[in-house]
Amino acid sequence: MPEFKLTRRAFLIQSAVAGGGLLVGFHLPAARTRAAQSGVVTADVQPAEVNAWIVIQPDDSVVIRVARSEMGQGIFTALPMLVAEELGCDWNRVQAEYVSANDNLRRNKVFQSMGTGGSRSIRGSQEYLRTAGAVARELLVTAAARRWGVAIDDCRVENSVITHIPSGRTLGFGAVAAEAATLQPPEAVFLKEPDEWQLIGKPVKRLDVPDKIAGKPVFGTDIEVPGMLHAAIHACPVFGGRLKGFDAAAVEKRPGVVKVVGLDDAVAVVAESWWQAQQALLALPVTWDEADNGQVDDAAIRANLEAGLTAEQAVTMAEHGKPEAALASAERQVEATFFAPYLAHATMEPMTCTAAVHKDGRVEVWVPTQNATSSLEAAARTAGVDPLQVEVHNTQLGGGFGRRGANQDYTIQAVQIARTVGRPVKLMWSREEDTQHDFYRPASMARLKAALNSEGRLTGLTVRVAAPSILTSLGMKADDGHDPFALQGLADSFYDVPNLRADYALRRLHVPVGFWRSVNHSQNAYFREHFLDQLAGATGQDPYTFRLGLLKEAPKQRAVLEAAAEHAGWGTPLPEKTFRGIAVETSYGSHCAQVVELQLEDDGRFRLLRVVCAIDPGHVVNPDTIAAQVESAVTYGLTAALFGEITIGKGRVEQGNFDDYPMLTLRDMPVVETHLVPSGDFWGGVGEPPLPPIAPALCNALYAATGKPIQSLPLSAHGLRPA
Amino acid sequence: MLQLKVNGQTHELDIDPDTPLLWVLRDHLHLHGTKYGCGTGLCGSCTVHVDDRAVRACLVPVSAVSSKVVTTIEGLGEGSDAVQQAWRELEVPQCGYCQPGMIMASVALLREKPSPTNADIDAAITNICRCGTYNRVRQALLAAARKGEASDA
Ligand code: FES
Ligand code: FES
Repeated sequence: MPEFKLTRRAFLIQSAVAGGGLLVGFHLPAARTRAAQSGVVTADVQPAEVNAWIVIQPDDSVVIRVARSEMGQGIFTALPMLVAEELGCDWNRVQAEYVSANDNLRRNKVFQSMGTGGSRSIRGSQEYLRTAGAVARELLVTAAARRWGVAIDDCRVENSVITHIPSGRTLGFGAVAAEAATLQPPEAVFLKEPDEWQLIGKPVKRLDVPDKIAGKPVFGTDIEVPGMLHAAIHACPVFGGRLKGFDAAAVEKRPGVVKVVGLDDAVAVVAESWWQAQQALLALPVTWDEADNGQVDDAAIRANLEAGLTAEQAVTMAEHGKPEAALASAERQVEATFFAPYLAHATMEPMTCTAAVHKDGRVEVWVPTQNATSSLEAAARTAGVDPLQVEVHNTQLGGGFGRRGANQDYTIQAVQIARTVGRPVKLMWSREEDTQHDFYRPASMARLKAALNSEGRLTGLTVRVAAPSILTSLGMKADDGHDPFALQGLADSFYDVPNLRADYALRRLHVPVGFWRSVNHSQNAYFREHFLDQLAGATGQDPYTFRLGLLKEAPKQRAVLEAAAEHAGWGTPLPEKTFRGIAVETSYGSHCAQVVELQLEDDGRFRLLRVVCAIDPGHVVNPDTIAAQVESAVTYGLTAALFGEITIGKGRVEQGNFDDYPMLTLRDMPVVETHLVPSGDFWGGVGEPPLPPIAPALCNALYAATGKPIQSLPLSAHGLRPA
Repeated sequence: MLQLKVNGQTHELDIDPDTPLLWVLRDHLHLHGTKYGCGTGLCGSCTVHVDDRAVRACLVPVSAVSSKVVTTIEGLGEGSDAVQQAWRELEVPQCGYCQPGMIMASVALLREKPSPTNADIDAAITNICRCGTYNRVRQALLAAARKGEASDA
């Protein structure tokens, strides 16, 4: 590693050369006081918390705290990389450790947000994490220079070692960490320029992989605490219904069964093992009060959405130009109506939480969570205790995808059951329970009308979306029917359309909806991007060049589109019965374009050959993790487009397990090629942005193959299946 | 009393013989590497080896394997197996939940077919991974097979 001078002067000189460093002001008061009070700084032989994020061990190894949840996206490696880059520590001796939500509360939110969603972990925290690393480094060097009685200008840092250049003396981080922790932090530090990064942007092996290949990580379902019992649960199958009664005597004598616990809208069996609990639950006679929703079915839901397409009660979320006039004077009008179904998250690990309600009023929960602060608040509310009395132990997550953040239903249930039983309880949902009690991606209908002029240019566009609102489902207010999530990708479109209006009709349905990976971008990008291909088709234009014509003012989207097209060989001849489709979307701060290549079989089925993806996330932190996230989002989005459909009958979800809610598996997986095209002047997300383009790119390839637009998803409902 | 041999250790269990092997491993023997994903044989998260063959432990009553040799991910040996090595090099896992099942299925496949074709892999690896690690699973399997071939040569 090249060396770095650590003084402000050196930085000023360096950044003058580099074109101006970023000067960051900060304060970390809570961290400082705690480190000073807790006594950890009194002796050199103890680990020292140099600041809230960084603990240095006497042997020079470094613990870097992570406030966001690791759910497969590699954040346990990427966030420490940001800190380590500025700290100048030996990466091989870095360990990541979860922040405690309780600590965060106690320490006045020194760790800021613990929410892990919206592809926000890096872009939302990179500045304060890099700053924390830079501050700690400055403190460590200052401590070393003081001990030697030398000028800090003469010291350098590399791989956790501070060197006094003139004398060649060295000190490890561990030797000065305790002293550094007592020093007053500087008022400002300079952060490295991107061209000075040594770790950020380089392929770094993930810290969590070795455990994950040995079956070692402790997921929520793997928690065991002393005296623990197991619970299986069944909530009222009709959303909004309540528990009316159950016959506990029918199962209480079964081996292992300890108690049957009735909740407001669910019933749980607590037993010595989960299998015993679940078997007893299946045998338990239960009656439900289904309230008003017991007769709602898919036809009623679709009729409701369809009514929303023309309902007067709607709000305009975006408008410019004169869309109606553009339509009236158009050379040609094209109109299409689309439907996208409810989707379940189907995380591989079902919902789970272990809770202990102690006699002294303390509450502990062990939970795979995308937001430990939400889990803490939910547990405190449920137990009726002060939030400071609650400790949340983050476990590994067997997938999140938006299911385990804002909604803490499983945490609430676990605390209720543990309190009733008076012993720690691990609650785990069956796969069926998980499929039937999700917060689903909103079922949506959209009607798009386009005005085209005689040259085939898009001169006007109106969009109406009819869908339930995630905000209102979460109990938040969507003032007068405004839900900013509802028209993601439609109200904020980057295409140059001179006359546009985007309306939203909020529909109230009894099925709970929530954040599903990439949220409403997933279906809205399908509506918009598939419609664009139909416009290109109607006017005899190539879908790629048609888009380029609309992207003159959108250089970043244009660049990813061009990169994907180029790598996919767009426009070059294809083998027989092979077709391409292209789509682009901007979401969660990043730009992403994809080309899908597929081959039609004689029986009308198709084989997915390849997905070429170009993504611009601004800055790249760990390149291979981005490629993995692209593969992941493509798989998740393809699964949904091909098979994903939650339907409602008699008020309840009709699917239960992977037989009727099927998943894409290895044999049908296309090759996924990822091309990183970072433009380097922003920080974008990665977990979600590669998802929205995949469904429309696939539909566009099928449209190219068959000439028939795909008016609704999933494709399996049209008999379109992988061979 | 039921006897069960897991990872080289014999256990005496006082247990309902109908209990699926998965729950005996997880709740009675505290071996949590083997995961529950569906309970109906559809996902492969619970894959273990019974006499060296891949078996979905959620479908097998413990009484059916009491005279056999059961191996779980914990018994495979840390990072020593060629499959685990390849997994590490290609950074296959994401959330990791399905990975013990994927690895157990892959090791069994290589035992049966040391040089599997893509079609062999398609047929044998039917495990579900919601994180979408499929392509890396395939690459890692092929890499492990190549390593095996090289060491045989
Ligand atoms: S849990 Fe056994 S196959 Fe899914
Ligand atoms: S790695 Fe998460 S389910 Fe496979």
